[in-house]
Order: sequence, then C-alpha cells, then structure tokens
Amino acid sequence: MDSSFKKIAIENSDTIVQMWLKEISSLKDVNYTSTISNDLYQNASREFADVIFTSIRGQGSTDALEAFSEKIINLGWPLSYITDGLQVFRRVTTKFILSKHDQLDTEAFSEVLESVDHWVEPIIRQLVNDYTGNWENIVSLQRVALQELSAPLIPVMEGITIMPLIGTIDTERAKLIMENLLQGVIRYNSEVVLIDITGVPVVDTMVAHHLIQAAEAVRLIGAKCILVGIRPEIAQTIVNLGIDLSNFPTKSSLKKGFTAALEITNREIIDREPKEENIESLIKSIRGE
Amino acid sequence: MKPQSGVIIRKEWDIVGARQVAREMARELKFGVVDQARIATAVSELARNIYLYANEGQILFNAIQSVNKTGLCVKAVDTGPGINDISEVMQDGYSTSGGLGAGLPGVKRLMDEFDIKTEIGIGTTITATKWVR
Ligand SMILES: Nc1ncnc2c1ncn2[C@@H]1O[C@H](COP(=O)(O)OP(=O)(O)O)[C@@H](O)[C@H]1O
Ligand SMILES: [Mg+2]
Repeated sequence: MDSSFKKIAIENSDTIVQMWLKEISSLKDVNYTSTISNDLYQNASREFADVIFTSIRGQGSTDALEAFSEKIINLGWPLSYITDGLQVFRRVTTKFILSKHDQLDTEAFSEVLESVDHWVEPIIRQLVNDYTGNWENIVSLQRVALQELSAPLIPVMEGITIMPLIGTIDTERAKLIMENLLQGVIRYNSEVVLIDITGVPVVDTMVAHHLIQAAEAVRLIGAKCILVGIRPEIAQTIVNLGIDLSNFPTKSSLKKGFTAALEITNREIIDREPKEENIESLIKSIRGE
Repeated sequence: MKPQSGVIIRKEWDIVGARQVAREMARELKFGVVDQARIATAVSELARNIYLYANEGQILFNAIQSVNKTGLCVKAVDTGPGINDISEVMQDGYSTSGGLGAGLPGVKRLMDEFDIKTEIGIGTTITATKWVR
C-alpha cells in the first residue's frame, strides 16, 4: 500500500506543493516571519518542498537536508518554520491522497496517515537535529568569542598594561580576569597594570572582593595594580558598602591612572614645542632678527 | 511601569536580571543616579545571597507612590536554611563563605529602611526600602 500512496504523492507533487505553499504562505503573515520578504520566503519554501520530495523519493541524501537546515539558521529563521512546514505538509498530503480514494473506510484512512507519517518523521528528526546541532555550535563559538573579549589585557607601552572591563562581572569572568592579569603581567613584563572599570555597571562586594584579590596577586608577582575609571556613583556605593580600598591605589580616570603609571615607571610625557612657534622663529632668523 | 514585579533567583545570571529590574524601576521613580546605583547594588547583594546560601528564592519589587512619599521597596524571599544569629551576620566582615561579609550591613547602609525576618529551616525574608529625596 505504501508504495501506491507514494506513487500518488510523487506523481502529483506539483499540486501538493502548490497546496502546501498556499498554506504556509498564510502562516507567514500571522507568524514569526512577517518581516521576511515574500520572494525570499517563496524561494526558501520551494527549496524546502524539493528537499521533502527528494527525501520521499528515497534519493534523500542527508546532505541536502543538512544544507537546508543550515540555510534556515543563517537566515535567522526559527525552528518552528521547519516544524510548522512539515506539519502542514503532512496534513496537505494526507488530505490529497485520501481525496484520490474512491471508498474511504477507516482502514484506508489509517493506512494513509501511517504512510505519510512514515515519510515525514525522518525528515523532521534530521532537520531538527541539524538545526539544534548547528545552533549549539554557534552558541559555543560565541561563548569562546565572549570569553576572549571578557578580560583583555593591552600592553600600551613598556612596563604598562591596561585591562579595560566592560559589562557584568560574574564568577566565571572574575576567574578569567585573575588568570589573564597574572599571565599578562608576566608575559609583557609589566610593572603597572591599570584595571579600568568605567564600563562595569555595578560594583558589589563580590566584584570588589575579586578585584582586591586580583590586585593582591599582582602585587605578589612584583607588579602594581591601579584601579581606574571609578564613576562617582560607584565610589559612593563602595563607601556605603564599607569596602576598604585603602591598600588598592585608585584613580578616578584612566588618564590620571596612566600619568601615575608613568611616574611609577620613572617617565613623563613632555609636550614638544608647538610648530607655529618654530616656524615663527625660523622666519625671524631668516630676517636676521 | 508595573508597580509590582518579581524575579526568581536560581542561576547566577538571574542576579543580573534582578538588578536590571531594580535599575529600571528606580529610574522611572526618578531616583538620582547615585541612588539608582545604591538600589541596584543592594539588590545585587540580596540576590547573590539567595543564590549562594538559599539556592532559590525571589526578589520582589514594589513601587510606593503615595501623596507625600515615593519609594522602592525590595523584598528578598527565600526558603533556605535561615539565619541563626542576625546580629552576627549584620557585623561588617562576617562571612561563612570566605566573602567580604559586607553584603548585609552594606545593604542596610545603602537603603533607608531595612528588616530581616528569618527562621531556621524555614527561610529568610529581607525587606529594604529607599525613598526618593
Ligand atoms: N538568604 C540567606 N540565607 C541564609 N544565610 C544567609 C543569607 N544571606 C546571608 N546569609 C549569611 O550571612 C552571612 C553574611 O552575608 P553577607 O553580609 O552578604 O556577606 P557574604 O555574602 O560576603 O558572606 C553569609 O556568609 C551567610 O552565612
Ligand atoms: Mg553576600
């Protein structure tokens, strides 16, 4: 029986695809995809239909399914596009095959249902697996990217490095800050490290504790930590919390911290003589004044 | 703004969610920048204590807008182990987790009103309010 149903479905694939396209196009407007252009939606859906029929004909290479699910992810479309699409396909196809039957008894009915289910199930399984697998992959890649961003250490000049912190600090990130600080101080042979907390939204006792510990560890390996970028409201809350930062050199701005770092490393910034003056004196000297 | 709001604390990142709600409500109630930071920090402390010591709980926010007073009431509710000696945990530097031990006394100083109700084996409820000046 299954093969005869399959024959009906394949011989009438154009009609079925038309019916299917019509139904999922109406889904588009009420659903997630209302911002997607019609052309794009129609094209992707035609490809979706191809993928389904290739699989039903049994020529289904899993590559085609994989490529399709990847495309949906790259388009940023939700998983429900795939599951809804296959749900509708199941319904449309079942209806169509039943309509080609002369007598409709419950047995034929359940046979058709079973057959169609049988075709659709492996497609659902494969597509959903590919989609979620890909998705997990993306999430874990982004995690790595975030981790790399989360506690960067910048060697600005010999002996001086800066760690600009932006965003929330949780325990995992606090650990990274400590690790990167210690590794970086040794690698760049830093005398002074400036930790810039301008971009940290809240400094609570946990964040303060980690910063104090990091500074202490840096001190133990022979360098000096300066905390910079303390916004006025953060300074107030730190005082209210009763956190003792007396052993932790602090500066309100990165600029002031950098000047302090230069002093510690026995350097200073000297303005070169302004150019105009040079030209003036040059002209004067030419005139023989 | 919804006058009431609640955030469940289970994972570490829920602390950030609670803090965001706190800041949002404080801003809309027209707290100054410093008080916004104070409230967000206090909520961070209370939420982290739930996460660390009670595993699970909730931070409830209540905007108080009456004729002569505007404020934000923050309630941290958990069904954790409870606190044995309140005066002990309110001391600066007391911590059972190797922390700074500045959280609870800090919250008391950051906010205008502060109250702990706790029962061993039942849980802890900490209520703290800040008034708009
Ligand atoms: N919700 C809570 N349930 C049970 N114990 C708590 C709770 N909050 C705080 N504590 C106890 O009070 C102590 C002090 O808390 P806190 O002042 O926030 O400092 P810290 O968190 O740094 O230890 C904690 O170490 C803990 O033993
Ligand atoms: Mg605490």
